[in-house]
Amino acid sequence: MSDRNMTVPLRYRFRGQIDTTGRVIVAIIGLAFALLPVLLIVTASLDPRDSMVRQAIIPENANFENYKDLFNNQIHPFGIWLLNTLKIASITSVLTIFICSISAFAFSRFRFRGRRGLLLSVFLIQVFPNSLTMIATFLLIQGIGLFAPFMGLNSHGGLILVYLGGAMGINTWLMKGYFDSVPRSLDESAKMDGATNWQIYWRIIIPIVKPILVVVALISFIGAYSDFLIPQIVLQDTRQFTIAVGLTLFIRGGHYTEAWGVFSAGALVGAIPIIVLYLYLQKFLARGLTAGAVKG
Amino acid sequence: MSAARLKGGASAPSSLLNDDVPRHPFFSSKPFRIAIRLGLLAILDTVSLLFIWTLIANGRYPLAIVVFLVTVGVNVAFLYEKAYPFKWFSPGLALMIIMLAYPTAYTLYVAFTNYGDGHLLTKIQVINQLESRTYLPEGAREYSWTAYRSEGGEFILWLQSEEGDFLADPGEELAPADRVPRNILGPLDSNGIPTEISGYQRLSRVEVLKHLDELSAVEYGVAPDTARVSSLDAAQQLEQRYVYDRQIDAMVDQIDGTVYSPVEGAFTSEDGRVLRPGYWVAIGTKNFVRLFTSPALAGPFVRVLVWTFVFAALSVFLTFVFGLFFALVLDHPRMPAKRTVRSLLLIPYAVPAFISVNIWRAMFSRHFGMITTTLESIFGSSPLWLADPFWAKIGILIVQTWLGFPYMMLICTGALQSLPDDIFEAARIDGAGPLHQFWHLTLPLLLVAVGPLLIASFAFNFNNFTVIDIFAEGGPPMAGTLTPAGHTDILITYIFRLAFASDRGADFGYASAITIVIFAILAVVTALQFRYTRVWEEISENV
Repeated sequence: MSDRNMTVPLRYRFRGQIDTTGRVIVAIIGLAFALLPVLLIVTASLDPRDSMVRQAIIPENANFENYKDLFNNQIHPFGIWLLNTLKIASITSVLTIFICSISAFAFSRFRFRGRRGLLLSVFLIQVFPNSLTMIATFLLIQGIGLFAPFMGLNSHGGLILVYLGGAMGINTWLMKGYFDSVPRSLDESAKMDGATNWQIYWRIIIPIVKPILVVVALISFIGAYSDFLIPQIVLQDTRQFTIAVGLTLFIRGGHYTEAWGVFSAGALVGAIPIIVLYLYLQKFLARGLTAGAVKG
Repeated sequence: MSAARLKGGASAPSSLLNDDVPRHPFFSSKPFRIAIRLGLLAILDTVSLLFIWTLIANGRYPLAIVVFLVTVGVNVAFLYEKAYPFKWFSPGLALMIIMLAYPTAYTLYVAFTNYGDGHLLTKIQVINQLESRTYLPEGAREYSWTAYRSEGGEFILWLQSEEGDFLADPGEELAPADRVPRNILGPLDSNGIPTEISGYQRLSRVEVLKHLDELSAVEYGVAPDTARVSSLDAAQQLEQRYVYDRQIDAMVDQIDGTVYSPVEGAFTSEDGRVLRPGYWVAIGTKNFVRLFTSPALAGPFVRVLVWTFVFAALSVFLTFVFGLFFALVLDHPRMPAKRTVRSLLLIPYAVPAFISVNIWRAMFSRHFGMITTTLESIFGSSPLWLADPFWAKIGILIVQTWLGFPYMMLICTGALQSLPDDIFEAARIDGAGPLHQFWHLTLPLLLVAVGPLLIASFAFNFNNFTVIDIFAEGGPPMAGTLTPAGHTDILITYIFRLAFASDRGADFGYASAITIVIFAILAVVTALQFRYTRVWEEISENV
């Protein structure tokens, strides 16, 4: 991203004014394509007429009625969905970094028989995610619910459990790579002082590897927040829904077919936490910490 | 551990262990730690055993076995000194085995069964269900009856017949009057019928009329000795209709002696009559044979399969082309406001797909959609984006491009900036024009760098449920198919429809067979990824 001291590398052949103008025009077209849908819902969310046909950027009679409707809706309790989603995503993300960091620590610090095979299995099993084995996952959650209803069908516990099952895999790999870069001399000197493995993990490694913990926490938060398939399989009552499955009801469901205004307000409110997280994540993305983390 | 210590660790990790915070010796003593560990393990084992017991009681043996093995594994990890690394893996591995590996194996199994609507129960459950069916034989024993009702709306009957009086309770065996404890019966009236029975009120003639439908819907007694109210005055003894004959493994109809033998998970007579429900049974490779050869099923499946590949490949291609294009355009020293433009272009990537695809769906919608109305005002007409098989696909590809190009731009920008300048200089000296340089230097070098990410993107889009399901729910539907397939369905949304979202009934076995096809394709893609990224070699070196 640097301008490299303003020396123009030789692969840039056209250097004239025309070239720059061309680039600016292309960039503007690109921006229009990228931002139009976003601007559209900002406008629609302020428009009391529940319509998406738009002439002016700021609609006549612009107000926040749609936002009020959104949070006062009895049939589609958006506020509850938002809280549900934040709860599920936060718990998933905290438990994911715990589970993966202790595994990554063991992979990085211990040498034992079967390590190589285990490392490979962890990578290979996650090739078949729960979204693919949705039928078996459904039956599994049903089975768990026989014993522990708070982790069965229609429970947030069940949903979190599914996400945690998929937590190992790529996250452990990302973390292990980062842990490996922490010099082992640090743990060895701690060991000399009589530290246990747990103390080395908790008091030496964890403080150093915070960046990768943040990245994994964000990726798993965003993943759980945006998932559209597993909640449809696990959750049944409207009040238990996450935003992802709830939001579509505003434009598909029986009560509110094509309630664009309220939908747009919900879309904006729902998108903001993730956009903020992405802007924060961007600096890590640039550092290449998230290699392989395709958008989910 | 306190936050203060964590912070201290971040700044000076090596001095951390000089015991900055003293602890009570008891809590760090070995006996204490071992006691805590054993206590927790005992709690875990108790919970596990209760869970396993519940599973066995419900006939879920495979899951019970897996939970048992995982529990044993966790115990070994914590009790056997040499297995200490597995203590650290135990939470993650236990979850991975139960929540991920087990469903994968189970899917393999279900693919070879007929599991689904009409075949949801086990054979034993079906036999029990069929054996509880009754019929009214000719010349059945007749009773006259009197009804009693509890506060909760449950009914019992007092039956009178030539053989004597009985108390009849649904689900309990008929009790002869002399064996009913006297103290629960109220005083008898002139006909010898109790005026009340403990907890139940005798119904008057008027009340009987009011509840007659409910009364006659219930079977009183336990099969095979049950009675049912057949008229206002009479109740009749019913008899068991089907009897399971263990010797010949068949159900025998007691009315006419027809023998129903098991055929593919349903008791079937010789002339082809079938007793419902059927049960869950392995049917070999039948689901796979249907998948590829049955004209009614293979047609939609092959079309969905082809579109899945086209969709995933074009998604990668289009996002890569657009991403690279914008990366090239912006990657220029004199481009103004580069960083701001890049950040803004990343917004489509940052908005969750479930939100942005909904917005696009709105824009493409027929009556209000901005794209539709704009096209209509310019050209006088617009394609029916969501209802036309061809245009729905085009619409999805537009949405996919929008969603994915920022990510590609990001990785291409990174890769472009790391290309060495000297080879471009050499090329220029050799007289290569800019286009030639692009095709023969930039692109090949770039592809080497981003190749693995392109494969990952392909694999991701291959199963991109969110985009397909939100945009048009896989629709428009294909006409004249037996299964709920749509023109924009990809394999994973098709599986979802087969299993969960169809009014034509769930077909778990067939849907699982399709899942196996995806497994196979993903295995190939993963193998490719391995070759590119050399993950395997990385492991070998690191060990």
